[in-house]
Amino acid sequence: MLKDHPHHHDHPRAHSEVPSDPALRTKTLESLLTEKGLVDPAAIDAWVDAYEKKIGPRRGAAIVARAWVDPAFKARLLSDATGTIETVGFLGREAQHVVVLENTPAIHNLVVCTLCSCYPWGLLGLPPRWYKAAPYRARSVMDPRRVLAEFGLALGEEVEVRVWDSTAEIRYLVLPERPAGTDGLSEAELAALVTRDAMIGVAKVEAPKEAKA
Amino acid sequence: MNGVHDMGGMHGHGPVAPEKGEPVFHARWEARMLGIRRGATFPSEVNIDRWRHIRELIPPHLYLSRSYYDHWYMSYVAALLQSGWATAEEIKSGHAGSGTAKRNDAMRPDQAWESQKTRGVFTRAVETPPLFAMGQRVRARNINPSGHTRLPRYVRGRVGIVGRHHGGHVLPDSNAHGKGEAPEHLYTVAFSMQELWGAEASPHDEICADLWESYLEPA
Repeated sequence: MLKDHPHHHDHPRAHSEVPSDPALRTKTLESLLTEKGLVDPAAIDAWVDAYEKKIGPRRGAAIVARAWVDPAFKARLLSDATGTIETVGFLGREAQHVVVLENTPAIHNLVVCTLCSCYPWGLLGLPPRWYKAAPYRARSVMDPRRVLAEFGLALGEEVEVRVWDSTAEIRYLVLPERPAGTDGLSEAELAALVTRDAMIGVAKVEAPKEAKA
Repeated sequence: MNGVHDMGGMHGHGPVAPEKGEPVFHARWEARMLGIRRGATFPSEVNIDRWRHIRELIPPHLYLSRSYYDHWYMSYVAALLQSGWATAEEIKSGHAGSGTAKRNDAMRPDQAWESQKTRGVFTRAVETPPLFAMGQRVRARNINPSGHTRLPRYVRGRVGIVGRHHGGHVLPDSNAHGKGEAPEHLYTVAFSMQELWGAEASPHDEICADLWESYLEPA
């Protein structure tokens, strides 16, 4: 059993006992766990394959594109994202209770986790490094407009910025605005335009280049 | 706990550094660590809340200087040591000590995909009616627990408006410490930027945080 209070006296010592090279340490840990029967290296391969090749932002993009072309789906998504996404089959680890936030010309939503790195894995895959790093976690709640500017997104004063700090098990997905000039595009073509960053809220979805002219 | 992990509003960490064409993993060891975290057997007392708390207990200088998957390494090792599933000597050498029985219940590769789809459901029935209504003004309590909490420092003592009610959810403050799920009503509370950061902040922007009932009081 884990010792409980005063737990904070013993964990830190355990935390500081490890050697410095993470590649070496991780390899040593995998060997130990394999020897103890706590992990099957082939199961590690399977998890890596799942997150490298199967679970990524294309899932979220498919949901966004569907919402753009299907108003009834969009209405269901905004009122009950968890139930609606369950029917698509994308719920799972780190995407268990979902709320979808609609960006409009008046409101721009931005998602962060200041306390750790909560992120809708089942919809966007693993989070990018900047999302987990101190600058974004520290500043997006205090100075979101400057953070957005660092991503190249300048918002007018008339737009309200709403920052969502993922402090519970609710995972947030931003539904970006559909770009102008995309009326003739199919759902699949629309999905191809949707970026991970737009679904976190640090970018807008751009129209394809030929449509811009 | 008032740890270095509670980063909202801190200065001095520099600009955000987005990477063009960022790979899913920056090194193979990161991928292995992800796979270990997901594929390895865990001591049953290490639920998600306990896991987050173990990560928070990484000493500040290491929390800030080591990368995300290295946090996972340190946290998993801490959990193994705490649970008595491994010794410091074994962690160092990579070999099981003499007389250790080998387990045979590790996740198989063909179970990974199903496991990935398995939702951890955190909603729970709560018998008491919600104390707060939509649109009600509430103050985040000024509490400073030394254990795990999901009440960020930057909202403590501040007044916001209840925007959504999510029903009952497992309370991390209790669940992280082996004291049961102790579910409570969970609310999304919207705070104005100026309430949190003063008159210099943007007058029409806001921050929404998901807060449990015991984090809040009427305002």
